[in-house]
Amino acid sequence: MEKNNQFSSPGSLNFRWLLLMAWRDSRRNRSRLFLFISSIILGIAALVAIYSFGDNLNRDIDDQAKTLLGADLVIETNKALMPGVESWMDSIGDDRSQERSFASMVYFTKSQGTRLVQVRALKGNFPYYGDIETQPVSASKTFRENKDALVDKTLMIQFDASVGDSIKLGNLSFKIAGVLNKAPGQTGFSAAVAPIIYIPLNYLEQTGLSQKGSRISYNFYFKFKDPKKVKSFAKEIEPRLDKSELNFETVESRKENTGRSFKDLTQFLSLVGFIALLLGCIGVASAIHIYIREKIGTIAILRCLGASSKQAFIIYLIQIVGIGFIGSVVGAIAGTLIQQVLPAVLKDFLPIEISAVISWTAILQGIGLGIIISVLFALLPLVSVRNISPLNTLRISLEETHLFKDPVKWLVYFLIVLFIFCFSFMQLGEWKQTIFFTLSVVFSFLILAGMAALLMFLARKFFPSSWNYLWRQGFANLFRPNNQTLILITSIGLGTAFICTLFFVQDILIGRVNLSASGNQPNMVLFDIQTNQQKQVADLTKKMGFPIMQEVPVVTMRLEEINGKTAIQAKKDSSSEISSRIYDREFRITYRDSLTSTEKITEGKWIGHATENKLVPISMDEGYATRNHLKIGDKMLFNVQGVPVETEIGSFRKVDWNRIQTNFLVIFPEGILEDAPQFHVLITKVGSAAQSASYQKAIVKTFPNISMIDLGLVLSVLDEILDKIGFVIRFMAGFSIITGIIVLIASVLISKYQRIQESVLLRTLGASRKQILIITAMEYFFLGALASFSGILLALASSWALAHFSFETTFSPKPLPVLALFFIISTLTVLIGMFNSRSILAKPPLEILRNDA
Amino acid sequence: MENILSISNLTKTYQSAGHTLTVLDKVSFNVLEGSTISIVGPSGSGKTTLLGLCAGLDRSSSGIVELNGIRLDDLTEDQRAQVRNQYVGFIFQNFQLLPTLTALENVMVPLELRGEKNIRKNAIELLDKVGLADRINHYPTQLSGGEQQRVSLARAFSNKPKILFADEPTGNLDAETSDKVEKLIFDLNTEAGTTLVMVTHNLDIAAKTQRIIKLKGGVLVSDELNNIEMVDELKYGKE
Repeated sequence: MEKNNQFSSPGSLNFRWLLLMAWRDSRRNRSRLFLFISSIILGIAALVAIYSFGDNLNRDIDDQAKTLLGADLVIETNKALMPGVESWMDSIGDDRSQERSFASMVYFTKSQGTRLVQVRALKGNFPYYGDIETQPVSASKTFRENKDALVDKTLMIQFDASVGDSIKLGNLSFKIAGVLNKAPGQTGFSAAVAPIIYIPLNYLEQTGLSQKGSRISYNFYFKFKDPKKVKSFAKEIEPRLDKSELNFETVESRKENTGRSFKDLTQFLSLVGFIALLLGCIGVASAIHIYIREKIGTIAILRCLGASSKQAFIIYLIQIVGIGFIGSVVGAIAGTLIQQVLPAVLKDFLPIEISAVISWTAILQGIGLGIIISVLFALLPLVSVRNISPLNTLRISLEETHLFKDPVKWLVYFLIVLFIFCFSFMQLGEWKQTIFFTLSVVFSFLILAGMAALLMFLARKFFPSSWNYLWRQGFANLFRPNNQTLILITSIGLGTAFICTLFFVQDILIGRVNLSASGNQPNMVLFDIQTNQQKQVADLTKKMGFPIMQEVPVVTMRLEEINGKTAIQAKKDSSSEISSRIYDREFRITYRDSLTSTEKITEGKWIGHATENKLVPISMDEGYATRNHLKIGDKMLFNVQGVPVETEIGSFRKVDWNRIQTNFLVIFPEGILEDAPQFHVLITKVGSAAQSASYQKAIVKTFPNISMIDLGLVLSVLDEILDKIGFVIRFMAGFSIITGIIVLIASVLISKYQRIQESVLLRTLGASRKQILIITAMEYFFLGALASFSGILLALASSWALAHFSFETTFSPKPLPVLALFFIISTLTVLIGMFNSRSILAKPPLEILRNDA
Repeated sequence: MENILSISNLTKTYQSAGHTLTVLDKVSFNVLEGSTISIVGPSGSGKTTLLGLCAGLDRSSSGIVELNGIRLDDLTEDQRAQVRNQYVGFIFQNFQLLPTLTALENVMVPLELRGEKNIRKNAIELLDKVGLADRINHYPTQLSGGEQQRVSLARAFSNKPKILFADEPTGNLDAETSDKVEKLIFDLNTEAGTTLVMVTHNLDIAAKTQRIIKLKGGVLVSDELNNIEMVDELKYGKE
């Protein structure tokens, strides 16, 4: 027994030898190993591209934040300045500009067209950083001196206007001095939704558009000789600004806000890229699984000659790390190249110019991620190396280690789920969303794997013995030893599910928009109607043959206190759940005695008439109340343009915000606001585009202060936005789709090695090329059809859940595109399968036997 | 002379489709150091299983295997791997060369596993002995069956084993090549003074070993010394 003691501890690992063996063993397999890893290249490329984009975005925001804001400090409010504030502001900074902006109708004299625009009346030298980009360039300076305007380029095209033409805003005509290409901080989309017209502030009064009750934003821009002092100065004046109900922005705060909003975009895109990577990882796991099966003989010999299980395991682990590294580097290079395209794809969403500089951080992140994830997924098949017996040298036993018998496999599964969880948490930063994302990924995999297992079970149990031989053989391949059924159904199914869900979601979104625009839904909204204009506007509308579908008064007010707490007190009270931001908004509130058809009381009691000497019972939107932690009975003090009004939350309403009509967060009962300064909103439905144009013209001509929203136009803009968002999503989903195809090609190629013997035997026995081709086609057709069918089922279920729970709409998928997708995926699988098998068919059996023996 | 291998009541059973299949049933025998024995018997008699158990490639269901004084059934698989690396050489029917390694590298592997250095010269000498000095950088697929088996022989002797296990070493070779390989096995074995345990169907080869163990249905049915000369050899050693 003494001799036994010398074998009590395993031998040293001899890492140098392990490296050498890993290199030697890979000699005849390098191209195949690279094929295995190729499925993760695109996933890594997508992530590196997005990370690089994010890095560049952050840096460019840093570099260009000044031009986003255009000044060192901006003070803003949406109500007229309190007495004394203007003279105080005259003492701030070293140069000052001011701007009033508001929505109004513009009238193009030459084409007689009208449209709602955002008017910016400017005085001073703003912007101090960056430019108002115009054509001609000098127009951005000269328009301030004359009765000139800068008109957004989309408007110029829409109304066929040219520089020198005139436009009318309110009561005043302006000459178009230049085409506005880009205003500071403006994105492509904001220009499409509300195109900008710049006019000199000196002429605003004369337009008649700045009367009391109009919704005007006041911006004051300041430049400091020493911009470093701005931060401390802003902090110093913050209490006074709060007191005067003014908000402020510095370059720093704009930087943070812009960065935050684009963090969401890059996070979303990273998750889409991550799905592509996960999809590729299934490919890696399956390829390594087959690879290790083929290596059983080699491993058994090594074990026979005295290699320990750990040594055998490490030899293959080294190969995976090496090839994972190469795959990741290739992916990182591809990602860096793709990143050059991303700014162009996303330019409409971005307020700044994005550079395409190589980001080493992103590249390192991508390579690290690639190695970790390829090792993690390869570990699943790799751990079985530990259990390969040297007895395999004497007789090949394909005895699989059962999952339940090998706890290490459970550990690997746990590590994979943990990794997905950690990665998505890093992207999302929120537990709930992370758990939801991780569970969705795990369930999708489980469902598809379950479908594959069920198929193999059913195919075996109900084997169609009466079919002809070729069909039977193709069918039997689904459950033969070393079959690819599970892996192909999971990877193709997941790819299909992903593509199909994207289609469905796009359809749901567009369906909702169309629903709003169709039938008897209103399509024209008039607002800013003064009380004395209300009857005339209604009369004119009726006279032109359009119905008055809704007419409501709107009173603007601010919130002063909640349960006795002011904004300043709320900010100081860290225990309060109510966000201090609620005090910042301007409430637009209506009053009436009854609910509309889109509202339903969910809590409390609706009171339509105010009672004297009692708190005013208001009704609040349920969602808004929940978000702001407000309860029934909470007291709210509103400032209705100088007059304090004490209210109490009497009820919560569920509001259907999807309907085109005026809806309100807060509703007052009748008997309180009737005499407050207010404007009215009128909603109608006009017919053709020509009718719409003549109605708008008539209204603008008689009531220049009234603004109109043509929902038809809004919908077409929305359509365009959805199209562009769709393109971005499709661009990212493209990585997953192509990865799916690579996984498919890799899986088929791997299975090719498995079926060579079988095909050669069949050919030796006299099977023709055509017959073998049919058997192969049948097998891949069954696989492709079932995979795409499973994927579509998964997509239907997830899209239904999205429609039902997230979009709160009905889900009725169109059958034709779904069928088309089913046939495309099935056919593609068959074609790839047959294309990759062609080398078996093209050569004489003996040659293949010699080469692959 | 001492026993290099002691087998006592060795039994191996498998579970198959709910039934217990006994492949080896209470087999016992000893092998003296330096002797040559062959294990013969019809297909399915348990020869290869017995060889696998003797060489520590598998674990028995019951019974004892003691190799060079070490109880193999007490060891883990990794510890048995060390035993194989130190004391055992193998020759297989289907050669079992590592396909991605050259002939020379295949011969060096057992010594590399021990962490030994300067082994190249020794490996080349061995390949020279088996007549493959000019084929050292060839891969197994570039060698004929006989050449592959000669590489396998060189590898088997590379770690100077105390005992050599051979599983149908000439089973995959034609008659002429078979004779050459057979001669090499015995010559090298004699030269190195190694114990040889060989599983074979070929009674002509079996006749060249000192002792023949016959298995049938997993049971040892005979264990005989081959002829008088060999008996003398075993009793009194070589003159």
